[in-house]
Amino acid sequence: MTPAAVPPAPVTPASPETGTASPADGAPALHAAALALGDDALVLSHRLGEWAGHAPVLEEEVALANIALDLLGQARVLLSLVDDEDELAYLREERAFRNLQLVEQPNGDFAQTIARQLYFSVYQNLLYGQLADTESPLAPLAAKAGKEVAYHQDHAEQWTIRLGDGTAESHERMERGLDALWRFTGEMFQPVPGLDLDWQALREQWTARVTEVLEKATLGVPEGPQSGAWAAGAGREGLHTESFGRMLAEMQHLHRSHPGASW
Amino acid sequence: MSSSTEWPLWEVFVRSRRGLSHTHAGSLHAPDAEMALRNARDLYTRRNEGVSIWVVPSAEITASSPDEKDSFFEPAADKPYRHPTFYDIPEGVKHL
Repeated sequence: MTPAAVPPAPVTPASPETGTASPADGAPALHAAALALGDDALVLSHRLGEWAGHAPVLEEEVALANIALDLLGQARVLLSLVDDEDELAYLREERAFRNLQLVEQPNGDFAQTIARQLYFSVYQNLLYGQLADTESPLAPLAAKAGKEVAYHQDHAEQWTIRLGDGTAESHERMERGLDALWRFTGEMFQPVPGLDLDWQALREQWTARVTEVLEKATLGVPEGPQSGAWAAGAGREGLHTESFGRMLAEMQHLHRSHPGASW
Repeated sequence: MSSSTEWPLWEVFVRSRRGLSHTHAGSLHAPDAEMALRNARDLYTRRNEGVSIWVVPSAEITASSPDEKDSFFEPAADKPYRHPTFYDIPEGVKHL
């Protein structure tokens, strides 16, 4: 990441640069919310999919792929609310993505992937939980996806506890993964336009849960800032970290090479 | 982390519906029982196959030996009176 070289991003959350007009129902805030949550799910889904063929054991490969597919399903529903899902996924430039920087971080080793899963799934579960109780048109999706996300959280917590309270090496790797991603956790609690949620409560509940799990795992809560001046709201405003461009290139190249191809 | 060869093997039993018994679905590797349950959920119920899962350490299963097949099972073959073939099954009874 080269923060100094990044010019300020235009704060226009709901303007996917696809060249097609959004449905004219006039709901820019809803679109912004669906885009933010949809991009979180899409990008994390792709990252988890990268484990296919590389997971430490076959059983875990299936588990990660299942989680990836759950997230992809959520992404499809959310992005379809905004515009054509394929155009949004495959034809947007990096700056038009509104996902958190946390979910685009590379997989690292298995412990780092679990750290990312822990931070994000606890957040997503709390967020969907709140969202399901609102009048938002996204509430039914949040209620349905909540069951999937509860399992993602359980998976991440189980592994965090086993790696943290495992061998000296697994403990150290888990600690390293948690530390490396801590600086991206602050962005999760920046209010998203179109989501009428109690972000302060979300942050408190997230911190309480993560602290509880890490204690059980004999791990400490990482120290240091949860975001930096360079990162305030960055992913949600279209500013992304270095590895995201490469991830997008891999995700989009087939569609861009063969526009409109099908099987 | 350990390689899969160091993890114990577990046998998975899945009950597909209420009222049916658990049926052997397959086996998998897992570091402990809780993870075995979760792996079983991902491997054997992802297409809505189950409402309940058992996992059992494979090492805890005592199996009959193929060598004993004749003495174990052969004698039952010519005893048709042990089969409930002389009863009419009431209508509406399933899975009998």
